[in-house]
Amino acid sequence: MQQPDSSRLSGPGSLQTDVSPAIDRAGLPEDAGLPEDAGLPDEPLAEFAIDHGLKLSSARPPAVEYLRQLWQRRHFISGLATALNVSMYTEARLGQLWQVLTPLLNVAVYFLVFGELLHTSRGVPDYLPFLVTGVFVYNFTQRSFIIASRVMNDSLPLIRVLHFPRASLPLGYVLIELQQLVVSLGVLVIIVLVSGEPLSWYWLLAIPALILQALFNAGGGLIMARWGAGFDDVSQLMPFIMRTWMYVSGVLFSIQSLALIHGGLLARHPRLAAALQVNPAAVFITLVRNAILASQRLNQPGAAPYNAHRCGLYASFPDNHSYVTFSKFCHPVISEPGLWWLGVGWALAAIIIGFFYFWSAETRYGRG
Amino acid sequence: MAEPMVVVDNLHVVYRVYGAGRDRGTAATALMRMVRRQRRASIREVHAIRGISFVAYRGDAVGVIGRNGSGKSTLLRAIAGLLPAEEGGGVYTDGHAALLGVNAALLEDLTGAKNITLGCLAMGMPPREVKQRFQAIADFSGVGDFVNLPMKTYSTGMGSRLRFAIASAKHQNILLIDEALATGDAQFRVRSQERIEELREEAGTVFLVAHNLRHVEETCNRVIWLERGEIVRMGEDVSGIIDEYVEASGGEPVVRDRALT
Repeated sequence: MQQPDSSRLSGPGSLQTDVSPAIDRAGLPEDAGLPEDAGLPDEPLAEFAIDHGLKLSSARPPAVEYLRQLWQRRHFISGLATALNVSMYTEARLGQLWQVLTPLLNVAVYFLVFGELLHTSRGVPDYLPFLVTGVFVYNFTQRSFIIASRVMNDSLPLIRVLHFPRASLPLGYVLIELQQLVVSLGVLVIIVLVSGEPLSWYWLLAIPALILQALFNAGGGLIMARWGAGFDDVSQLMPFIMRTWMYVSGVLFSIQSLALIHGGLLARHPRLAAALQVNPAAVFITLVRNAILASQRLNQPGAAPYNAHRCGLYASFPDNHSYVTFSKFCHPVISEPGLWWLGVGWALAAIIIGFFYFWSAETRYGRG
Repeated sequence: MAEPMVVVDNLHVVYRVYGAGRDRGTAATALMRMVRRQRRASIREVHAIRGISFVAYRGDAVGVIGRNGSGKSTLLRAIAGLLPAEEGGGVYTDGHAALLGVNAALLEDLTGAKNITLGCLAMGMPPREVKQRFQAIADFSGVGDFVNLPMKTYSTGMGSRLRFAIASAKHQNILLIDEALATGDAQFRVRSQERIEELREEAGTVFLVAHNLRHVEETCNRVIWLERGEIVRMGEDVSGIIDEYVEASGGEPVVRDRALT
C-alpha cells in the first residue's frame, strides 16, 4: 500500500468503500481469516495488555509528564532552531546578511511611505528610531505566528518518523525568531545611537519586556500551530491577519499621540484608543520603546504633572516643534506600571492557554 | 511465556477522505458548500483495517505481507500511534514504537550530520551520548562524505540508510520498518539484517513490511498475511505461509537461496 505523502487527509485509493464488509475471497484459501496458530491468550486482549503494563499507543501523556518531556528535549529545540536558522539562508548569495537586511529594507519602505508621504509621524518627536523599534519588535511576533501556523504541516516527515513532544516544533521556530531578533537588536542599537539617542541604564528594561514578548509569542505560536495543523486555510490567512494587526498596533504611528490630537478618530473614540493600547503587540512595542528611546520615555503622557494648558497646545499643534514634547503634560490612557502588568498578563495567559490548547490535540498531529 | 510487547485488539482503522466524491473542489463548489452550510466536501470512508487481533512478544520479528492496498502500512502506522483506532478496539504497546517509512525525509534542508544529531536529540538522547554515538551512526549509514551535504541531495537509498541508522541507534523497544530497506543496496541489506537481529536480541520487537518475500523469510520468525484489511494467515511457519501467499497471488515461487544468511 502506498503511504499517503504530504496530504494529511488521504487514504489508500485502491480499496473499495462498500459499506458491507463482504470480501472477495477469490484466490484465497478456504479458511482464510481464521488463523489457528495465532497464539492469542484466553482473557480479553485489552485486559491482557493492561495486565502486562502495556499502554494504548495513541494515548496522550498527562500535562506534567508532557512538560517534563519537553524540558528533556530542550537540546533538541535549541539545536533545531540553530540549525534551521543557519540553513535558512544558505541558498541566498548574501547568506545570513539577510537577517539584517530584511528588517532594514522594511524600515526603509515604511519610513518613505508612512513617515514622509502619508505623514503618520504626527506628534512623534523622533520618528525614525520610533519606527525602527516598532518594526523590529512587531516583526518578532509577526514572524513567530506566521511560521508557527505552518510548522506542523511543514514538519510532517519528522512527525511521522520520530516520537517527541510535538510542541518542540513551534517552540523551536519561535526560538529561531528570538535569535533573529537579537541580530535585529544589534542593528537597532546602531541606528538609535547614530540618531543621537543617549546610552542609558533604561535600556536594560528592554530585556524583561522582550522576554515577556517571547513568552507571549511562544504561547501564541502553540495556538497558531494547532490551528494551522487543522486547516491549511489558516496559513493562507495569517499574512493578512498579521498585517491588519500591525496597522492597529501603533507600529507606524503613536496610538498615544493620536488619542490626544484634536480631530483624530482616536480622540473622538477614547474606548477604541484604550482597546488598541491594551492589545499585546502595542503593549510590548510601547514597553520596548519606552526603554530604549528617551524621547518616548520622557514625553509619554503622564511623564510630567498634568497641565491642561500645555496638553491642549500639544493636542492642537502636534507638529509644532515647540509643543511636540508637551504630550507629557497630558493624562495617560494607560500608565507605565499598567503597561508592565498588561505585558505580564498577556505573556502568562498566552503561554498557559497555548500549552494546554496544543497539548490537548497532541495525538492528532501528523495523522491521516 | 514470553512477555507481550504489542497487543492489537480488534483493530479497525477507517480513513475519512475529504473531497473524494463528485464534488471537484472548485472555488464555486466550495462557495456553494458554505452557502448551504455543509461541513466539507463529501466524505468517503475507507475501511482499511477490519478487526485485526494479535499479540507480538519480546524478541519477535514479525513480517507483514500482502498485496498493495491490503493495509500493511496502515497497520504499522496504527501500531506507531499515528492513526486513530475506531471505537471498540485499540493497539497497546510497551513504550513508543519507532516507524521507519520510505517517504520520511527528516529535515531535507539540513545536512546528514545535523539530521543525525537532531534525530537523536528528538528521540530523547542526552547530548553527550549523541556525541559519542555520532561516528558509529554515520559509519553504519555508509553515506560517507555525503554526511556533510544537505539531505535533499541524497539518493533514495542513501536517505533510507541514514534514516534507518538514526532510528535504530537508540534502543527502541519496538521498531516498525515499512519498505525502508527496499532501496538499500545488497551490502546495506546484510548490515541492516544484522542490526534487526541485534535489536531482537536486545529484547525488542521488529515489524517488517516488505514486498521482497525472501527478505521477510530471512529476517522474520513470524509472519502476518493481510488481505483487504483482514488477516488471512498468521503464524511461525514463515516459508509455508509465504508459499501459500505466492500461490494465491499467482506470483513466482520464492527461490530459496541461502547464500546470504
